[in-house]
Amino acid sequence: MELTPDSNTIFEVLGIAVNATIVNTWIIMAILVATSAIITRDLRPDVPPNRWRTTLEVIVNGIVGQIAEVSDRRDPRVLYFAGTLFLFIVTANLLTVLPGFHTPTASLSTTAALTLSVLIAVPMFGIGSRGLGGYLKSYLEPSFVMLPFNIISEFSRGISLAIRLYGNIMSGAVIAVILLGVAPFFFPILMDMLGLLTGVIQAYIFAILATVYISSATAVPESADTSANEKETS
Amino acid sequence: MTDLGLIAAISIFTAGFTVAFGAIGPALGEGRAASSALNAIAQQPDAASTLSRTLFVSLAMIESTAIYCFVVAMILLFANPFWEAALEAAKQAAGG
Repeated sequence: MELTPDSNTIFEVLGIAVNATIVNTWIIMAILVATSAIITRDLRPDVPPNRWRTTLEVIVNGIVGQIAEVSDRRDPRVLYFAGTLFLFIVTANLLTVLPGFHTPTASLSTTAALTLSVLIAVPMFGIGSRGLGGYLKSYLEPSFVMLPFNIISEFSRGISLAIRLYGNIMSGAVIAVILLGVAPFFFPILMDMLGLLTGVIQAYIFAILATVYISSATAVPESADTSANEKETS
Repeated sequence: MTDLGLIAAISIFTAGFTVAFGAIGPALGEGRAASSALNAIAQQPDAASTLSRTLFVSLAMIESTAIYCFVVAMILLFANPFWEAALEAAKQAAGG
């Protein structure tokens, strides 16, 4: 049994093996870009919105609302980053129902790459909002002793982010394959439906955790001080 | 028992134990989380949508510890590095 679509080579270009993960990632990117480009082609005030544009607006407004609930800062760049992550992962996870489509999120390479982008984005947002010194100082909070633990937590949150998404999607596929051998008639369909639910929830969690990490890195230290003072006084 | 048989037996045993022990903690945790959420919904039915959304997210996060164990078990069963190395060694010993 293959655990990842990485070993499934589609074709080779100049000696570089292009596997199913890369091709399916390109397919999902093409779907997302083409859908958005076609729907927003005549985005003018005088054109009445049709049902596709309304659908897109509902999705984007939902993402904006969710981000506003977790982070108090209204930074549109967080929306671009976390929203893109969510849309990519949710499309990849929902396309698992297509027969023969190996979703790229069932490969540890894809989830590790997505996690790397989060791990790079968090310091960038932090440095952008607090400056280099302010961001580096956040590693020394609450005291100098905590420096190694803060660094370790940075890495462990990355590892858990990658393995959570990979494990959930891969386990859905593996369990479906095992059940096909045990009870092939009706039961795998139910597990696939559960897999769809898990896929949407995992995409939501990935995007929400990315938003939480970013907003905790960009949090202004004054607010933390005031909340600590409030705790002391109360 | 040959090296291959030993590796296979220990891998299968350990995979079973990994899933068994890895499922206990998340199961207890998810039960506690669900019962607390049900209590909260019973006390405040108005907040049911927020509570159930938060419950789903926290359940998935608790569940990920069980998923880690599942991934380890799957690696032990289907992508065991020691198995490949032992198979290689056995082939070389048979050939040479």
